[in-house]
Amino acid sequence: MSIVQMQKVTISALREDRKAILEKLQAMGVMEVHPIETDEDFTVMDTTAARQSFDRNVSLIENALDILEQYAPEKKSMFSSLNGKEAISGADVAKIAKKRDLAVDIAARIVRNEKNIAERKAKIARYRSDMEALEPYKNLGLPLWFQGTDTTRMFVGTMPQGTSMEELYTLIQQHADTDETIDVEAEKLSEDVNAVYLAVLCRKEDAQKVEEALRSGGFAYPSVRTSRTPQGKIDQRIEKIGKEQEEIDKLTKSIEGDADHRELLRQASDYFRMRSAKYAVLGNLQQTDSVFFLNGYVPKEAVPAVEKTIGENYRCVIDVSDLAPDEAGPTLLRNNRVSETVEGVLKSYGLPTRGHVDPTTIMSVFYIIFFGMMLSDAGYGLVMAAGCAIVLLKFKNMDAGMKKTLRMFFWCGLSTMFWGFMYGGFFGDAIDVVAKTFFGYTGDPILKPLWFAPLEEPMRLLLWCMLFGVIHLFTGLGIKGYEYLKKGDVLGWVCDILSWYLFLGGLIFMLIPSDIFASIAGRTFSFPPAVSLIAKIAAIAGAATIVLMSGRGRKNIGLRIALGAYDLYGISSWLSDVLSYSRLLALGLATGVIASVINMMASMAGGGVVGAILFILVFVLGHTLNIGINALGAYVHTNRLQFVEFFGKFYEAGGSEFSPFKTDNKYVEVKEEL
Amino acid sequence: MSMGMFFALLGAALSTALAGWGSAWGTGMGGQAAAGVIAEDPDQFAKVLILQLLPGTQGIYGLLVTFITLTRIGILGGTPVTDTKTGLLYFAACLPIAIVGLISAYHQGRTSVASIGIVAKKPDQFGKAMLLPAMVETYAILALLISILAVVNI
Repeated sequence: MSIVQMQKVTISALREDRKAILEKLQAMGVMEVHPIETDEDFTVMDTTAARQSFDRNVSLIENALDILEQYAPEKKSMFSSLNGKEAISGADVAKIAKKRDLAVDIAARIVRNEKNIAERKAKIARYRSDMEALEPYKNLGLPLWFQGTDTTRMFVGTMPQGTSMEELYTLIQQHADTDETIDVEAEKLSEDVNAVYLAVLCRKEDAQKVEEALRSGGFAYPSVRTSRTPQGKIDQRIEKIGKEQEEIDKLTKSIEGDADHRELLRQASDYFRMRSAKYAVLGNLQQTDSVFFLNGYVPKEAVPAVEKTIGENYRCVIDVSDLAPDEAGPTLLRNNRVSETVEGVLKSYGLPTRGHVDPTTIMSVFYIIFFGMMLSDAGYGLVMAAGCAIVLLKFKNMDAGMKKTLRMFFWCGLSTMFWGFMYGGFFGDAIDVVAKTFFGYTGDPILKPLWFAPLEEPMRLLLWCMLFGVIHLFTGLGIKGYEYLKKGDVLGWVCDILSWYLFLGGLIFMLIPSDIFASIAGRTFSFPPAVSLIAKIAAIAGAATIVLMSGRGRKNIGLRIALGAYDLYGISSWLSDVLSYSRLLALGLATGVIASVINMMASMAGGGVVGAILFILVFVLGHTLNIGINALGAYVHTNRLQFVEFFGKFYEAGGSEFSPFKTDNKYVEVKEEL
Repeated sequence: MSMGMFFALLGAALSTALAGWGSAWGTGMGGQAAAGVIAEDPDQFAKVLILQLLPGTQGIYGLLVTFITLTRIGILGGTPVTDTKTGLLYFAACLPIAIVGLISAYHQGRTSVASIGIVAKKPDQFGKAMLLPAMVETYAILALLISILAVVNI
């Protein structure tokens, strides 16, 4: 209904109570702390180092938890994310605080073990690639880098792929002096797509020539250096890999063993988060040797609690003042149980600022109605509402934002059910299709619409949709008018709000008896002449006010009229805004027609057992898909109608959310007894 | 089978074919961008999935018009079309959703890709990111409306 009124609270207390007061405030979670301007009589404590150490611990523990998840995954159900946080008491926090060093040690051990495993895995990869490189030389019974005997020299290595032994011999002889031949013995060890692996033996005195010959042919030495035979080296590598693997298994077991500490790690992670938040506030405090000042915003209704809890237990002065007129302050919304569910939607557009209207309550009414009109199937609404209700009842500790969203969809589901019965849709025409296919029913439709079927009279529904649109838009304009009156700007209200009501209202009443409207609506309306006259006068008066007065800030009369005329042109945007509500009809039709298509396909196999099985299969699959896609459409386009058409008429976002100093935990929630 | 029947069926077929083509195009582009975001941050799956699905509705609108047409031209009910003139009328009635469905789904897909970029950088701005592709869809909805009104009133 409204934006909660904030007050500025300054607490001045003794430094010795600092820790206790901060902890109480953090537990209460009602104060958004703001630093005061620095004054040279005061000092500010530098807490960055302490905070960094807490944050480091948080990330170390989170890192360890991620590793645990990888090595010893926790069994989770699909809906576990809905479970919310575990509640613990203040006494538990003290227990966790005692074990914090242990938790950090465990986390460090897990991270260290994981790093060790990674290093060993890298080693194994290196050994494997060595083995691969040695594989082609396996037939060589000599050490890989065997240089030869006293009188011979041996070369082991590769030549380009496709080199034949004849080519090799020819190549070597080309490097011989003119009247001699070089004695060489070459053996091909193996060959693959990359190279020919060979060993070449020659006399020691010919070594240089042979080497030159080989190099010119593209010879290369093996990439692995070893004094062992290739097979020996491969065996050694296998042995080493085995050893590393053993170590990895041991380390993995150790990490898996630490999985029992998961709970402790989570709690410790939150403990450090809490400390970090506290130190962030501590770093903002102005203090002298004996006192400190704490300044911030508190919702007005929470001020007495702060005064009681802090004021009565500690020696301090609490100074409460209202916000200055031009001070923005943080925004906190307060609405009734149903309307608060759409606060998330409003938040995604932007929060209102202080002194403006909180549109949540009014928006929630339209939101739920429009959503229902777009999805408009009683069966789908039932599925949605029941689904949300079951999840809400089953997971009590759910995150607050998630809870609100689900409750919003619960209400939207109920509205969908309502509109479904109005339009006569229950999983499309499922009831009639089942009756016809399986029970041979041939009479009139069983489920009759309470209002009318949109597909039979689309024009009629189109007009209704536009009427809803006009109501929605006029409400938006009305809120703007309310804000004018609240400020006491009556002239502005007459010129910018009333003029439009008159102008648009007059135009609508002039349009209704016209021929165009009659052909659309399929029937004629006629008003008594007096009504038509009033409509004409209202429209003219409204238009005249807009032209003459909407540029009233300008002195130049020509410019003023020009601006007014331009504003009158805004009528085109009203027209497009109203037309935009035709999506209520289009999306409503889409759901119903697609649902009937699914039913028709499902009933194609006819009656009987096989027909029934096929029917159920197609029915479940098809309608699941249809709910999904149409609920998405309804959600997106309801948002659009609120954001673009409705908010466009009056709303200005720009408020910053009230973010109190509290325990912002990931895993556990501390329930403090205040 | 008359020429009229052929034209009516051609219109019905085109509204599913062209609008479906556009949706496949749009969701395809969106899906590629979404996959990139999920690779970096799997938590954004639900949000980028919604953005990817937005250009998928044109295909459904096309299907809708096809179905309504089929129930009126004697294929799934209604009276068979016998003269060429009526067939051409059905054909013309199907054109808005066929053409606008194709083009708007393509452009909505491009906008979705850009919006997925917003979610990748600022996941908390999802509400605004979702609004941008929804603006493009307006024209598909208007085309759908005109096609339905025209088919129903022939």
